[in-house]
Amino acid sequence: MTRTPLLTFTPNGIYCPSGDFYIDPWRPVRRALITHGHADHARAGHEHYLCTDLAAPVMRHRLGPIDVETVAYGQVLTIGDAQVSFHPAGHVPGSAQIRVQVGGEIWVASGDYKIENDGLSTPFEPVECHHFITESTFGLPMFHWQPQSVIAAQINAWWASCAANDQTAFLGAYALGKAQRLLSMLNPDIGPILTHTAIENTNVILRGQGTTLPDTILADGSIDHKVYKGALVLAPPSALGSAWARKFGAQQTAFASGWMQMRGVRRRRAGDRGFVISDHADWNGLLSAIKDTGAENIYVTHGYTDIFARHLNDIGLNAQVVPTQFEGETLDTSEDA
Amino acid sequence: MKQFATLFAQLDQSTKTNTKVAALADYFSTAAQEDRLWTVALFSGRRPKRSITTTKLSKWAAELAEIPDWLFDECYPIVGDLAETISLILPPPRRLSDHSLSFWIKYLKSLADVEETDCKTAILNAWGQLDTAQRFLFNKLITGGFRVGISQKLITRALAKSTGQSEAELAHRLMGKWDPTTTTWHDLIEAEDASADASRPYPFCLAHGLDGDAADLGPPADWQAEWKWDGIRGQLILRDGQYFVWSRGEELMTDRFPELSRAIDYLPSGTVLDGELLVWRDGHPQSFNALQKRVGRKTVPKKLLNDAPVILYAYDLLEWGGVDLRAHPLQYRRALLERACADLSDDAPVRLSPIIPFKSWKDLAEIRSDARNHQAEGLMLKRGDSPYRVGRKKGDWWKWKLDPLSIDAVMIYAQSGHGRRANLFTDYTFAVWNGNDLVPFTKAYSGLSDEEFRKITAWVKKNTQQRFGPVRQVTPHHVFEIAFEGIQASSRHKSGVALRFPRMARWRQDKSVQDANTLDDLNEMLAIYG
Repeated sequence: MTRTPLLTFTPNGIYCPSGDFYIDPWRPVRRALITHGHADHARAGHEHYLCTDLAAPVMRHRLGPIDVETVAYGQVLTIGDAQVSFHPAGHVPGSAQIRVQVGGEIWVASGDYKIENDGLSTPFEPVECHHFITESTFGLPMFHWQPQSVIAAQINAWWASCAANDQTAFLGAYALGKAQRLLSMLNPDIGPILTHTAIENTNVILRGQGTTLPDTILADGSIDHKVYKGALVLAPPSALGSAWARKFGAQQTAFASGWMQMRGVRRRRAGDRGFVISDHADWNGLLSAIKDTGAENIYVTHGYTDIFARHLNDIGLNAQVVPTQFEGETLDTSEDA
Repeated sequence: MKQFATLFAQLDQSTKTNTKVAALADYFSTAAQEDRLWTVALFSGRRPKRSITTTKLSKWAAELAEIPDWLFDECYPIVGDLAETISLILPPPRRLSDHSLSFWIKYLKSLADVEETDCKTAILNAWGQLDTAQRFLFNKLITGGFRVGISQKLITRALAKSTGQSEAELAHRLMGKWDPTTTTWHDLIEAEDASADASRPYPFCLAHGLDGDAADLGPPADWQAEWKWDGIRGQLILRDGQYFVWSRGEELMTDRFPELSRAIDYLPSGTVLDGELLVWRDGHPQSFNALQKRVGRKTVPKKLLNDAPVILYAYDLLEWGGVDLRAHPLQYRRALLERACADLSDDAPVRLSPIIPFKSWKDLAEIRSDARNHQAEGLMLKRGDSPYRVGRKKGDWWKWKLDPLSIDAVMIYAQSGHGRRANLFTDYTFAVWNGNDLVPFTKAYSGLSDEEFRKITAWVKKNTQQRFGPVRQVTPHHVFEIAFEGIQASSRHKSGVALRFPRMARWRQDKSVQDANTLDDLNEMLAIYG
């Protein structure tokens, strides 16, 4: 007799038969457990949502009126026959790994995660388990992140040189997570910090949750561009080079993402500068996270899945690729890299 | 290396010409002379001799990074650059040093005849003291090819800014076969006598394609028209009783065209001609296909020399009696050229490319439409009173080419590009119908916008049927108009044809797979134009 695994991979997403729920499903389901608020994880249309108390406000903002139940990190819920708890993933504020236990068997679906403490998100905590579902966005050995303080110094030096040349510094970053992380790294003594509406909306929510962020000025249609000499403008990548951005006159644009590690991508995408910073784990981060779970069975999703899984098998783990509905490679499509 | 790495980062990060020129000029004013010389050399495609194979380099890097070879091989196509892949996978340096660019070049040179184990130790030692950016450049010194978007023109502009010499003078100094290991900054850039080397060519004057109406160029009498030959642009130099042949790409091709040596018997020393290298037979220039057999052949067998004899079809005179004529107007140079070529016998390896007389632009347009029958690609229009300029300047010289041939084809394979285009699927294989089968017949990788490449990349990821290493077989769905300059029979290709300069003219989203052309259509073109 073959036993059904605790978590299964279905066309709707990751499913737990014992608790009759899905984790980050991509088609509408009755009960969805959500790791974090990014669009490829928190989709619209589910009947009931469950997420951390820290993730809920952003999800409500993004998805509108939803039926959402919240839980604190570490709090154990019983759903059907399953014991379920959420644990910090360090990806963005409120992001979680979801631990599911039935009897003695433990699975963890990690969603997206990073190891470094970014100062805003609750830091990543390894969770011991038997089966670990991991992302592999940067699951190749050329991805190595430098400490956040090093990148902060690079960004501030760039901003200061823009300001000295009377150029507005445009920094492209995704609205949830990366933008606030960058904001917390900026040195407000250099000049005023302006934000695009999409980013400011998220700032407002996070400030409302008690997160301390530097003061920002909303750069909507009504502001006088001449007043903000030497400003840095945080904007979603899509707004860089737009008519809205051009109104600021002389400017430099930069983009902050893990993909900026590769010169080809940097030259294609970055405008004037590319800063290497990501909310995903780098190569060593992924490997150490996997090791710390103690899990022997690893399910690889999101990213360079084939290559990463093959390497895990090489080093003695039992790894397999989980087919996702998303594209195999997330470069140029990911919201949060 | 730190200073060179800083320069490289500035050049690499900026898309603005002025910023690049300023960064280079600053470097040329402050760096050590030896480093400046090497920088000019590297950016103009002169690189140190390769002392270590890329295979060994990759192997040592993988070993040091503690990753298996297969994993390294997977990373390389994703990064799109071997030197960069290595620089990224290596563990952080143990201690940083700051030796000069020239130091590292000499360091590598000294490894040429060293035992493999010592060589490996030396490379690992170097990696251990360079940061990621410097390692990348160090690796590039070994693997070659600094493609950083720095044109010769940009270098000369920066040099002019830093030295106060004219750009034209500097462009001339940088031409030809100088070698950074034997010359010095002073000899190359500063010394009085810049023409010391008998083989030194002049920078080529290049033309832009005519995009508007020829009639907008003004009175026809101001212009000289010539056929635009379908050969290899070349400069023939006769000095000190020797001859030298240069290609437009600044490649010395003297040995490949031994028949041109006889030019010494017909023309005086101190002569430099600009013209087209062509196969000449039965009193006529032959198509590029005939020349193709000679291209890439370093030594020429006697039979080939007989079957495909090459001449220089001359259309400009740059030096006469040892005097640089480039500042004189075209009419003047042409008159001298015609006089110089007047007495040439029929078996001389130099011939005079004729001028096409015309009264009106309308007449000339008609003449142009007959270009293929003359083995020409179209016309060249040159302003009669123009000097011979350096490089591609708008206004005096125009190419007025025939429209290319074209065919609608189906994309069947896609592969990602290199460098800037790594991670984008930009290199495609195209097929035409042969009955119910799609037969591949050409590859193409240019002609689309970045936006189109992005769209197709996303599509390829979702529509991959099979992977062969970096190559994806995709669902036959998209039709592209492939433009090309010529077609010839080829036994090496499944389709039996080979195209010249194929590129994507348009993404035909209005056409379905069934609308693509057939192999019969290609064969028909082969019969007419082959």
